[in-house]
Amino acid sequence: MPDLALGDVKVLDLTNLVAGPYCTKLLADYGADVIKVEIPGLGDGARRLGPFPGDMPHREKSGLFLHLNTNKQSITLDLQTEAAGIVIRELIREADILVESFRPGTMAQLGMAYESLRSINPTLVMTSISNFGQTGPYRDYRLTDVMVYGMGGEMYSTGIAEREPVKLGVNVLLYQAGATASVATMGALFAARDQGIGQHVDVSIMETQAGSIDRRMSTLIGFQYTGEITGRNPHGSGAGYPFGATPCSDGYFEVSAGRGYFPRAVSMLGSPAELDDPKWYAPGAQMDMELKQEFDTMLMIWSLERTKSEAWAIAQESRVLSAPLNTMGDLAVDPEFNRRGAFVEIEHPVAGTLKYPARPFIMNDCPWSIRRPAPLLGEHNSEVLSRLGYRAEDVVRLRQQGVI
Amino acid sequence: MPKLPLEGIRVLDITVVWAGPYCTQFLGDLGAEVIRIESLNTFVPLGRGPMAHPTEETLREMSPWTGGTPDRQPGARAWNRYPIFNAHARNKLGMTLDFLRPGGMDIFKRLLKISDVLVENNPTETMERLGISYQLLQGQNPGIIMLRMPAYGNDGAYQNHRAYGLHIEGVIGHTLQRGYADMDPSANTSVLMSDAAAGTQGAFAVMAALHHRKRTGRGQLIELSQAENTMSFLGQSFMDHSMNGRNAATLGNRHPYAVQGCYPCKGEDRWATITIFDDNDWTAFKQALGNPDWCREEKFSDSISRYHYHDDLDRHIGEWTQRFDSYEVMQLLQNVGIAAGPVMDQRDAYADPHLNQREFFEVVHQEDTGTHVYPGIAYKMSETPIKTRRGPVRLGEDNEYVYKTLLNCTDEEYSELEAQGHIGMDYPEEIP
Repeated sequence: MPDLALGDVKVLDLTNLVAGPYCTKLLADYGADVIKVEIPGLGDGARRLGPFPGDMPHREKSGLFLHLNTNKQSITLDLQTEAAGIVIRELIREADILVESFRPGTMAQLGMAYESLRSINPTLVMTSISNFGQTGPYRDYRLTDVMVYGMGGEMYSTGIAEREPVKLGVNVLLYQAGATASVATMGALFAARDQGIGQHVDVSIMETQAGSIDRRMSTLIGFQYTGEITGRNPHGSGAGYPFGATPCSDGYFEVSAGRGYFPRAVSMLGSPAELDDPKWYAPGAQMDMELKQEFDTMLMIWSLERTKSEAWAIAQESRVLSAPLNTMGDLAVDPEFNRRGAFVEIEHPVAGTLKYPARPFIMNDCPWSIRRPAPLLGEHNSEVLSRLGYRAEDVVRLRQQGVI
Repeated sequence: MPKLPLEGIRVLDITVVWAGPYCTQFLGDLGAEVIRIESLNTFVPLGRGPMAHPTEETLREMSPWTGGTPDRQPGARAWNRYPIFNAHARNKLGMTLDFLRPGGMDIFKRLLKISDVLVENNPTETMERLGISYQLLQGQNPGIIMLRMPAYGNDGAYQNHRAYGLHIEGVIGHTLQRGYADMDPSANTSVLMSDAAAGTQGAFAVMAALHHRKRTGRGQLIELSQAENTMSFLGQSFMDHSMNGRNAATLGNRHPYAVQGCYPCKGEDRWATITIFDDNDWTAFKQALGNPDWCREEKFSDSISRYHYHDDLDRHIGEWTQRFDSYEVMQLLQNVGIAAGPVMDQRDAYADPHLNQREFFEVVHQEDTGTHVYPGIAYKMSETPIKTRRGPVRLGEDNEYVYKTLLNCTDEEYSELEAQGHIGMDYPEEIP
């Protein structure tokens, strides 16, 4: 039995879609025993979102669901029924942590307001992840990931001045919300174990952006200090060069080597004679838009003759802050990340064997591992119920009643 | 009165720039005693700010979020006044120590003996040059936990590659999945999403290791490659490649199947985002707009067709949103159950009724900056409320406490360390 960091932690998971399941994935992947409760016949909403192999929807083949639910067990419960209420209370009694992502108020409607759960389990940590938190005027508003960035995060200054603000890729902000919730949940677990204090943790997805280091806290403080707004810059502007993406023979390459780092960029280009000219080093040269254009042209001629990975290797010899702009395909075959174990092949009884992103970090004393792939809908009904003392005929009855 | 969750845990913080300091701020918020160690003799670019000794003229050229010191004044100690640093510096102690000067490593070893955790996020070779390794740490303190947060990894071909978060996001494929769909990536803004991911999951990693140590008594080394750490956030696209060999490209502000965009509102540079998922949303949306004629056009009659004619629909929606303030757009649409919200600039956020009612902002004092309203904690805990107990840490402001109280230095030793350039609260004038 491997020594798992959170091997002694039990989690009851009433979350759905991305942010909540990512929070419980972190707990599960580092060893917690996570029981995920899904709606009978329907399951987690992520099961209906893609990607699917060949774009053919199938509730056991959603790439999003498979990724977010590794190492968890699944039981199905219709929480509206009395029988399910009995089962869920038994699970709450033995849990350290309950994570839920219903609309605010739903837990109370289901008879599971935090105060009432406390009488079953006084040291229970209950983490609620919701769009805007459990209180406040926007509490019942809907939220999508573009809104998370617009209302909570730094969308306003992302993009160019000539255009509308623009969001980040796919649903990364929902993962950030889940990760933030996992930190708060661990904090509450410490208070529970060390001091015997159970508590309710309220995570507002909006606030996980408003309190994010992705520039938002800095732009807020900057406004507070100066009264000045941080907005979007015109395309191609900004102090210092080279800065930004430049085309290569097979895509794009990104460099940041302006101002004090300019000599590194000169060295990257092989220190050509044109760059000996003192004009490049005169005060104000880094703010001169004509010089910038001249340099960017030289850079482009250089980069177009190289692949993005060749350019990256040469740039790093000169310690230039830089990167190839990889596709998912480039990343998946990168020899370094493959050698380091950044990806893992997981065999799943329905979806087959696929390559997934693996551990976010390496704990040298308690290795990350896939103990089980994402569960089939209700896969662990019998196992969990029999552990709770239900007999086989009870399970059949619950199934007939539509409880599980 | 309950204690804070991490009270009694001491964290040594030798982190730089964003990801590392954001990690230790989480630990400090939760009650750990975080001791930030900085050298008086090195000014890390983008660490404490753009420059140690800026003139008023150079300060005026800086962006508000990096170099926007109070009233654009350098003050006596500019390095304690930059927003780019003060955003990740609350709830920490500050000491100064120069690893490169004689006696520096000895002091560091004495600190290791009385600490639980060390966090660093430097290039691998920087730590090697200083001789700081997990072996060194364990030699002083067998139960210590070390979190290393290199850009790509502490071994292999990329171990010393220079990167900010923006480069890490290029390597792991995020950059090509964000930005305008009709422009090349040169129009992309530098974002710090992977710094946020690393700081957050780094804090989770430290707490997982502390939890494990309570049970086993053993410390451990954690290696968090910032690149690998953020790959999970792109799981949907990664799985699409695994399943279908597809390389996800940016959709701009669009959604894979709903109608979604960022639309102009009344006023200068005012915007609102809207998402219309299904027919129910569409019916409600039409009603909110007063059922204008264009809504009845055949091409907008079902969700597939609406997605197909997204550009046409965007023009109509944009004409409507321009008649309203961005907050009015939110209210008009949310009242009928449609996902819509303003794109908030920084002034909007400070004035936002929701954030204010939830007491997200906190009034905080710091001696070199004054009293200001700061963004607060990104989550709420009912029994151990987390607050800003201490404003952004000033360079070396807790030297007396660390050297004299924790390390039992005599006044004589203290003066000697001051003379050697270890202890102080000011960068020398030679540092620009």
